[in-house]
Amino acid sequence: MSATQEFRIKWGMVIDLDKCTGCGSCMVACQAENNVAPAEDGLNRRRALNWLLVYRLSNGKPFPDHDIAYLPRPCMQCGKPSCVSVCPVVATTKDEEGGIVSQVTPRCIGCRYCMASCPYHARYFNWHDPVWPAGMEKTLTPDVSVRPRGVVEKCTFCHHRLMAAKDRAYAEGRDPEKLPDGAYVTSCTEACPNGAISFGDVNNPEHKVHELIKSPYAFRLLERLGTDPQVWYVSRREWVRRLGDNYLNNEPTKG
Amino acid sequence: MEDRQESTAPQKEVCSRFKCRLCGVAPFFVGIVVALVFGWWLFPTLMFNSQEQPVQFTHDTHVNVAGLDCNYCHKIRPDGTFSAIPTTKECAVCHQVLLGESRAERVFWDEYVRPGKEVAWLIYQKQPDNVFFSHAPHSLENCNNCHEFSKTELCLFCHVNVKDKAPTYHENRLSGYSKDTMKMWQCERCHANPNHLAGTAANNACFVCHK
Repeated sequence: MSATQEFRIKWGMVIDLDKCTGCGSCMVACQAENNVAPAEDGLNRRRALNWLLVYRLSNGKPFPDHDIAYLPRPCMQCGKPSCVSVCPVVATTKDEEGGIVSQVTPRCIGCRYCMASCPYHARYFNWHDPVWPAGMEKTLTPDVSVRPRGVVEKCTFCHHRLMAAKDRAYAEGRDPEKLPDGAYVTSCTEACPNGAISFGDVNNPEHKVHELIKSPYAFRLLERLGTDPQVWYVSRREWVRRLGDNYLNNEPTKG
Repeated sequence: MEDRQESTAPQKEVCSRFKCRLCGVAPFFVGIVVALVFGWWLFPTLMFNSQEQPVQFTHDTHVNVAGLDCNYCHKIRPDGTFSAIPTTKECAVCHQVLLGESRAERVFWDEYVRPGKEVAWLIYQKQPDNVFFSHAPHSLENCNNCHEFSKTELCLFCHVNVKDKAPTYHENRLSGYSKDTMKMWQCERCHANPNHLAGTAANNACFVCHK
């Protein structure tokens, strides 16, 4: 995968960090939508599965100047994904129109190279077989397969929703490759009570995100690594943008 | 052999020695035959059990005698999902009274329509959990943008022929999958076709079919 594939459609997410209150609705919606079993100890960061994780950022200043921000971190669906090139069994690829990095768990051998290579810590390993408390198995999403112990999983931008949106387009006689804005959104986008998350095709001028990523306040995480993520963050606060990359002390913040 | 003919040993002994050699290799050939029979016939047979459908449904009766269109039962819903097999309630639109004298009709009426129970049909094509399949893109209109398939031709690419009598269902004793479940190479007859790779819907990206 040395050559990067270019796609006509590029599903992207724009998260406005100034609107995010850190409520965690997106994390809950993600977990419910994607059949992530409730963890016995959800606070155990080494064992819990969080396809989407909200980080707390602080400017580190004392009281009058103190400020915090929350940063939800899904899989970045990188344009040049480091996880894809290291996977020895082609369980993760970036080959579908739209640029979503796939994860086919039955193919995964659980070597966790991808986890080591991901600069965003977006990948999680199943240490245990998932267990749902009696009755809760009825809440499973039928279009999302359940992963067993011993495989790596990650956010897929709710890929099953893309397929559902395409099916609807077929049924209505529309072009499934030209989905209108809002026909396909992830569950976290839907769940955010503050509208901090926007989702759409960043290559399509009819989609809202196409304009949002052009904002001078927009940035991507660790942009200078060259991973070319498909998740953008927006913040009008300079210190937040500064935390998005490893700036040298004398370097000005982008944007 | 030349050596032996030139040797001074009597002819008889040579013959018996040759026979013995044949006896020596005979078990080897018998072994091969046994292994072939086991591997090619016995094991694949033992691997699958055979089950009959709970009701002997015939498509022929419904299509040719009753004159139903395929879409009457198998349709794509407005949201793009596929209705697949009709519920007993939907069947009962016609089957509210006994239609005909056949035994299958009697069984269907007595055991399913009257108590309002769903038939546990055995699905020949049922896919494992990690496969995403939707009928919506595999429609006649989509394929016939370039091809010229008839309805039957297209359906038979993936489905077993169910025209006359419901075929016997074979279930893998280990995996629990149907013997007729479509294998990945069968999907790839179309999905890995180089002519399809340019078009986005039928390409061979992992996430097109897997979840």
